[in-house]
Amino acid sequence: MTEIAADSAQNKNKPIRASELDPKFKYELQKMHGSEKILKCFQCGTCTSDCPVARYSDDYRPRTLIHMAQLGLKDRVLNCNTLWLCAACFTCTDRCPQDVEVAAVIRVFRNLAVEKGCIPQVFKDQAQSLIESGYAYKIPDLRIKKRESQGLPPLPKGNAENVKKALKGVKFIEALQKPAGEKPSDQ
Amino acid sequence: MTNKYLIFLGCAIPYRVSSFEISSRKVLDKLGVELVEMPEFNCCGLPLDPVSHETMLIMAAKNLALAERQGLNILTLCPGCAGTLKKVNKILKADKALKEEINTHLKEINLQFEGTIEAKHLLQLLKEDVGIEKIKDSVIKPLTNLKVAEHNGCHILRPKEFIGFDDPEDPQTLKMLIEATGATCLDYIDETECCGAPSVGVSDKVALALAKDKLSHVKQVDAQALITICPFCHIMYDTNELRIEKLFNETYGIPILHYPQLLGLAMGMTPEELAFSDLRVSPSSMLKQLNQGANKA
Repeated sequence: MTEIAADSAQNKNKPIRASELDPKFKYELQKMHGSEKILKCFQCGTCTSDCPVARYSDDYRPRTLIHMAQLGLKDRVLNCNTLWLCAACFTCTDRCPQDVEVAAVIRVFRNLAVEKGCIPQVFKDQAQSLIESGYAYKIPDLRIKKRESQGLPPLPKGNAENVKKALKGVKFIEALQKPAGEKPSDQ
Repeated sequence: MTNKYLIFLGCAIPYRVSSFEISSRKVLDKLGVELVEMPEFNCCGLPLDPVSHETMLIMAAKNLALAERQGLNILTLCPGCAGTLKKVNKILKADKALKEEINTHLKEINLQFEGTIEAKHLLQLLKEDVGIEKIKDSVIKPLTNLKVAEHNGCHILRPKEFIGFDDPEDPQTLKMLIEATGATCLDYIDETECCGAPSVGVSDKVALALAKDKLSHVKQVDAQALITICPFCHIMYDTNELRIEKLFNETYGIPILHYPQLLGLAMGMTPEELAFSDLRVSPSSMLKQLNQGANKA
């Protein structure tokens, strides 16, 4: 079974020190695509109470994450393993009475966590596959060949070269390609 | 505009769920929907959104721009792809600065996003372009003695702002389409809940618990099959049902069918034609029941 590590209770209950608060974090978030409305959250808890993942997880609480961000606990939010539990079902987004777009805010947190180097392996694999094949999963040759016998037309070309060209300048993709430098990246 | 669409397969369907593609193509052909093949398409971008929103935007815009060149609307079988392409189409059309930024990336490969086409999912196409009446007319073997449950999945319903063709709290489209085949569509608790698939690989514990509760609710109403319209939901249930039965000491035996497989049966196609042999959870007792009913009638 694949399980991300739970955030330790010690970490969760650690007293908040003024020195670890970043009062500007919420304003940074306000400028980012997806988390523009984070300050509208008044902590009603609709997101957490309707979240299917929160029902089965002892740790994942979207309301708490947003509260932490509003308070300026930037490092704690971005280091949270539970960030990655969101299933992107968008129930919170649709039901938020303040129209905060909660799932998009969580996505922004994840993007920022990735910039700090925190990324679960499953996402790394998909990104790698995208750069190498144009598809998020490496579709085995056998599958592609089988299409013919199944009466299916050929799969559209992934054109990895063009994918790479279009993604030039995207920080995340460039960082990903660096360690792969030892291997020949072109086919 | 005729019913002519560029078919967009995405990643999951060619990777693992060809039964969905096979049955969809057969059914659409019968309904007079013409599918045009694309020489080039990519991942829609959605799987990359959690790690890089920018990558998602560029990939989605690239696919939309490729389709614009052909001057045809996109039909997707995967709700994730439909949702992503719809959303990015809408966002880029509304935000000129963002559109320009994305277009500087596309310029590298001589493409440009203009916002001249639309993308929709199979379900929306069946409802809006083909129409329930035409689907009813195509049924020659009504599945009247079959009682099934539906699982819409998340991305066909939410966020409403971008998907918007059904009510996310009380969706009706898939139910109407199921009833058009003559089968009964049963209500059950938490119908619109997530299948858990997106949590696979991050926390299998959460993913399997979600799927387990759904299957239990479907079992409670004695559904003979669960009907899906998403490759990920299908993988989640079909691939994991046996594992969940073992893990939680339960017995379900509920076959998971793609909606086009159900419709295809009602159109008189055989289970072989509709790639039923790809299903992990055996549909044989359901099919037997169906035939018994047909013989009686």
